[in-house]
Amino acid sequence: MEQLSQLILAFIVFLSLYLLGSSSLTGCIKIVALQGMCLGLLPLTIHAGGFHPRALLLASGMFILKGMVIPRILMYAIREVKIRREVGPMVGYTPSLLLGAALIGVSFVLAERLPVPPGLRTSLLIPVSLSTVMMGMLMMISRIKAVTQVIGYLVFENGIYLFGLAISYEIPWLIEMGVLLDVFVAVFVMGIVINHIARAFDSISTEKLTRLSD
Amino acid sequence: METLKLVASYLTIVLLVPPVMLGIINKTKAAVAGRKGPPVLQPLHDTIKLLGKGAVYSETTTWVFRLGPVVSLSAAIAAACLVPLAGAPLVSFNGDAILFAYLFALGRFVTVAAALDTGSSFEGMGASREVAFASLAEPALILAFASLAYRAGELSLARMFAPHGGPSAAASTLLALGSLFVVLLAENSRIPIDDPNTHLELTMIHEVMVLDHGGPDLAFILHGAGLKLVLMTSLLVRLILPEIPLLGAAGSLLIGLAAAAAAIGLVESSMARLRLVRVPQLLVAAICAAAFGLILTLR
Repeated sequence: MEQLSQLILAFIVFLSLYLLGSSSLTGCIKIVALQGMCLGLLPLTIHAGGFHPRALLLASGMFILKGMVIPRILMYAIREVKIRREVGPMVGYTPSLLLGAALIGVSFVLAERLPVPPGLRTSLLIPVSLSTVMMGMLMMISRIKAVTQVIGYLVFENGIYLFGLAISYEIPWLIEMGVLLDVFVAVFVMGIVINHIARAFDSISTEKLTRLSD
Repeated sequence: METLKLVASYLTIVLLVPPVMLGIINKTKAAVAGRKGPPVLQPLHDTIKLLGKGAVYSETTTWVFRLGPVVSLSAAIAAACLVPLAGAPLVSFNGDAILFAYLFALGRFVTVAAALDTGSSFEGMGASREVAFASLAEPALILAFASLAYRAGELSLARMFAPHGGPSAAASTLLALGSLFVVLLAENSRIPIDDPNTHLELTMIHEVMVLDHGGPDLAFILHGAGLKLVLMTSLLVRLILPEIPLLGAAGSLLIGLAAAAAAIGLVESSMARLRLVRVPQLLVAAICAAAFGLILTLR
């Protein structure tokens, strides 16, 4: 079980790297859906001594919401605005891949320094959550299209969820459900906002938001 | 007697396996496309035919041009001595992985020098592309080697590329494997990076550098390229495939090579070449994956 969770965690970081280097919007949405599904599976592999029904509920909620519902909303948003590619991000794809690799290194060093409970010393959870948070932030600040910024936000949130999973194995599930609902609403609103931006500016580049228009 | 047997099996593998592997790749591609395809031994016949021909040299070329094929083939053969092809390597010492990487670099250098020596701008373009991509493929190779060497505790290919570590190292093994596979495709000009079949100016990388070689020189180049493919593939095969009982080390390696050739053929028939500007990105992704694998092992 421990090995499986390590593999999934490594895969999650790999998916974030892939997101940093990919320009196709549909591809990005599919990858973030896959990452959400991995996050859904993760709680089931972490608890060695059988899992709680609550964990199962949380996992399935995570799996359905982040792996299926949110990607659907994003797909709908980009189908409406008819764009397929993020062209010309502020930081190019190759530099952002290299930055991502550097951030992974930084987060592993940081995780060594953090005062964490002794049981978590060997676990990959803390460094992986830190690097996912950082890569999500990098994606949010370096991309221009609103959709990719939303995807960056989702990756960022995935990292926070991982951190929560690390520090308290028994998460109060009401809080976690609340967070999930928040994310859902946020993405829902952003999907609508993307459509409005597209209608007002004929583009979903956030750069154009500084321009006046009616 | 044991040494003699080892040397004999080494010679057979080095001489025969590269053309057969290329033949299997071509056969797989033909089968997927619904054709009959050339016989598996066709590359071997081609090489023999080329060896019997004379060579024409342009008046503008110098000894650098003639040196290219000879040195690149001998570098590949020297690298073959370090790879455990027939159970054990012919030569093995601590640090031979570095020598292995540099022998490939030497082969590439002389090929590029020979291409530049012709003075053709066309070949100069291929040379510049080859060097640009190699400068990205090499860090990925070295980083993947570093993580494997750290785990094995020794910098020799025979120890690094043995199926060990168990499930605890599965993640870092997979990452090293993935980045080495991308390096393999780049180094051997296989499909997502370069199409070995095209003769179009826009797409060629490796092929364009050897356009002026003919006869035995071309035979050397073709065999050297095939041998390079066999060497890198056999390292990957050794990393994942445990020894199959009854077949012995060499036998299971050969089975693995045949399977890998079929896999490469399937990859080539199912996807198109990447755009040239996307290739560096793929290689940088391989570097990042290898670096992440190294971080995981160092931990």
